[in-house]
Amino acid sequence: MNKKTLAFPYVLWAAAFIVIPLCMVFYYGMTDTTGAFTLENIITIATAEHAKALLLSIELSFVSTLICFLLAYPLAMILTNMNVSQHSFIVLIFILPMWMNFLLRTLAWQTLLEKTGVINSILGFLHLPALEIINTPGAIVLGMVYNFLPFMVLPIYNALTKIDNNVINAARDLGANGVQTFFRVTLPLSVPGIISGVTMVFIPALTTFVISTLLGGSKILLIGNVIEQEFTQTGNWHLGSGLSIVLMIFIIVNMVIEAISDREGEHTSL
Amino acid sequence: MKKRALVIVMLITSVLSLTACGSGSGGKNGEVVVYNWGEYIDPDVLTAFEEETGIHVIYDEFETNEIMYPKVEAGASAYDVVCPSDYMIRKMIDNDLLAPLDFDKIPNARKYIGAQYFEQSREFDPTGEYSIPYCWGTVGILYNKTMVDEPVDSWDILWNEKYADNILMQDSVRDAFMVALKRSGASMNSLDEAELQAAKDALIAQKPLVQAYVIDQVRDKMIGGEAALGVIYSGEAIYTQRENPDLEYVIPAEGTNVWIDSWVIPKNAPNRENAEKFIDYMCRPDIALKNFEYITYSTPNEGARELIEDADIKNSPIAFPDLSQYDNLETFSYLGEEGDSLYNELWKEVKSE
Amino acid sequence: MRNTLRKIYIALIFLFLYAPILTLIVLSFNDSRTRAKWGGFTTRWYLSMFRNQAILQALTNTLIIAFLSALIATVIGTVACISMQMMKRGSRAVIMGITNIPMLNADIVTGISLMLLFITLGLRFGFMTILLSHITFNIPYVILSVMPRMKQLNPSVYEAALDLGASHIQAFFKVVFPDILPGVLSGFLMAFTMSLDDFIITHFTKGPGVDTLSTKIYTEVKKGIKPEMYALSTLIFVTVLLLLILVNKTPSGKSTEKRKLQPAKQ
Repeated sequence: MNKKTLAFPYVLWAAAFIVIPLCMVFYYGMTDTTGAFTLENIITIATAEHAKALLLSIELSFVSTLICFLLAYPLAMILTNMNVSQHSFIVLIFILPMWMNFLLRTLAWQTLLEKTGVINSILGFLHLPALEIINTPGAIVLGMVYNFLPFMVLPIYNALTKIDNNVINAARDLGANGVQTFFRVTLPLSVPGIISGVTMVFIPALTTFVISTLLGGSKILLIGNVIEQEFTQTGNWHLGSGLSIVLMIFIIVNMVIEAISDREGEHTSL
Repeated sequence: MKKRALVIVMLITSVLSLTACGSGSGGKNGEVVVYNWGEYIDPDVLTAFEEETGIHVIYDEFETNEIMYPKVEAGASAYDVVCPSDYMIRKMIDNDLLAPLDFDKIPNARKYIGAQYFEQSREFDPTGEYSIPYCWGTVGILYNKTMVDEPVDSWDILWNEKYADNILMQDSVRDAFMVALKRSGASMNSLDEAELQAAKDALIAQKPLVQAYVIDQVRDKMIGGEAALGVIYSGEAIYTQRENPDLEYVIPAEGTNVWIDSWVIPKNAPNRENAEKFIDYMCRPDIALKNFEYITYSTPNEGARELIEDADIKNSPIAFPDLSQYDNLETFSYLGEEGDSLYNELWKEVKSE
Repeated sequence: MRNTLRKIYIALIFLFLYAPILTLIVLSFNDSRTRAKWGGFTTRWYLSMFRNQAILQALTNTLIIAFLSALIATVIGTVACISMQMMKRGSRAVIMGITNIPMLNADIVTGISLMLLFITLGLRFGFMTILLSHITFNIPYVILSVMPRMKQLNPSVYEAALDLGASHIQAFFKVVFPDILPGVLSGFLMAFTMSLDDFIITHFTKGPGVDTLSTKIYTEVKKGIKPEMYALSTLIFVTVLLLLILVNKTPSGKSTEKRKLQPAKQ
């Protein structure tokens, strides 16, 4: 049994369904309707509407990623320290919501946040001022944090559980206090988890079009919405592909960061 | 331990797949692939059609004309019957995507569909050989009587700051521009650069007042009292009024869009004969009535209208308005590729503002 | 004190994660066709759900696609992991890089690229195209969950088995496979879940008449979700929840498999 031939099915699959399709995106992105080569579809990212949508997407996904991180790290630490015998149960609790459809969950937020929605009814009952967040960038950030939080918690949690307790104890024995131990031992050792988490939140947040449609009332145009509309409504696939190529730059940057951190932490990551 | 979970999951999967596979699987007289608007037919009608004809219906839905078009054009999924709107039919005719209909094979069409609807269809189907009207209606303002205390008779009210954050606009290029163009007295099929720029500026000025751009969600939001005013299709108005009696529908004085959604057969339809049978079936008065009762969009089928028992609905000014009473009614026409991309460009500017 | 704070923090996060789900469950008992109005308590949506062919068909499609795509992805992915172990560092890095693409790439780009491919190939859009796409985006999850297990393997065990007279296949199934099994299973479950929850890629690669729950819901979002959909989701959710509790209550095989269900990459 030759080990090399074993790789054949997957290599073939990856070539057919990952590499070639991407080449097609590049082909469409770099040609016009007549099939002639052009960079125009990519350059249009600089036009006011597109640049604005892209910058707003970056801004919102950055904020969401930050919030996710700030929420997830303490949570992951608490979960790690809980010493529960059933770690998989914790993990599953975060995955469980995914069995309820993503669109329905996001739509449920609409019901919760609306002017006459559940939260405002409760606030009104308590004579508190109403929450006016629906159809604003705030609601989109909330939707992003909600949908992608598990993708931040789980990698960090995984990284934290892998830290050998002896390392922490050693740091303590050597005179480090709690804060020092955290910043000099725990945090650096969890970096691979953080990077995974940031990637898995930032990229989907950057490119979403569903969350902004459902919670932003279609008033806020993100780059994902622009691309989706080019494909499904305007029917300009060349422009849509061109803008997709721009998005891929972010992915490449991400992969480079991943690769670097991978080399540094060959043993801790993966 | 996980093994057990896995086994259970597999078990459920296989059981479910067994139970549901029983249905479907091709009728004895072949199949017909129908591509229609979402929620635009009574599901019982499809079942009845299958039972009566032995033709299996493969039914697919789209949300906007623009989503439908590339799918039919690409030809990757071959449809037999499609139900686009006016201007889109023209675009499909122009781009040679439609097959002329054989009216002899669809006898119910001429028999029951009102002649005036065929006449109106000439605006987008000049020879009248490609389309058979299925539903029609107007676009107007739906408002909540408890939240709006002045008379609503003009598109202008959608620019009234009093109703900031209480206005729902349509989230599609042509409908949004229709409102702005009609308000300024222009044609909604305008290709005049200055008129369009003015319309764009008006839409941008309106944006801070708009609560959300929605398509059919306007229905739920108006019923729930989320907004005071919404731009809506007349067909939805009847349903929303039934759910919330505080709602009222008006056609603004500046005129509006009279739209027609019609059955067409794409050129590459693999089951032409079944497609004709399907359209003919849809034109049967009892079937058209069932659809009307389910979707509440106005039917052009005179036979079906005769069968409506409730006089209020039969003579409802919303479902069956007397169009001769209104001025400046128009139907969307196809603007050509350049016109389309001009509109799209301007709309993008509005949305990204 | 600290413990209470921790508990409150966890409770708040859980409230955040589960509030929408609670909302959906409540809506499934709402006796009104619109989500905007509470029309009293009813269970009729649960009954009408079972008579609704369209929803049942979408559910079946979703489950079949999730199951098949997860299964095929697991087989292809596991085999790929085994072979990659034997590769040179360089070629392994290239393959892993490509593997990462569907996971890092925006769903919308993946969906569009596959759509363009299928159109070029002239495939008829439908069940098959969805399945192929799902397998494609599922494989990375399997690989990234099996790979760490493979790396922990001691190659000499496999060689020892060979020395003791086992064939390659025997050695694999008797020695290697049991060790990587947790990774394989978690890869399968992860793939199943991702397939179940996917909307964007399915949206671009689906054909006429084939709907998964996601695409069905998206069509309904525009028109107002049918309450039957809430009922179905509630049922699915409760079923999975009960299964989990059941599985976790049975005191079998301690937590040797902990951490196996890692999401995607690490």
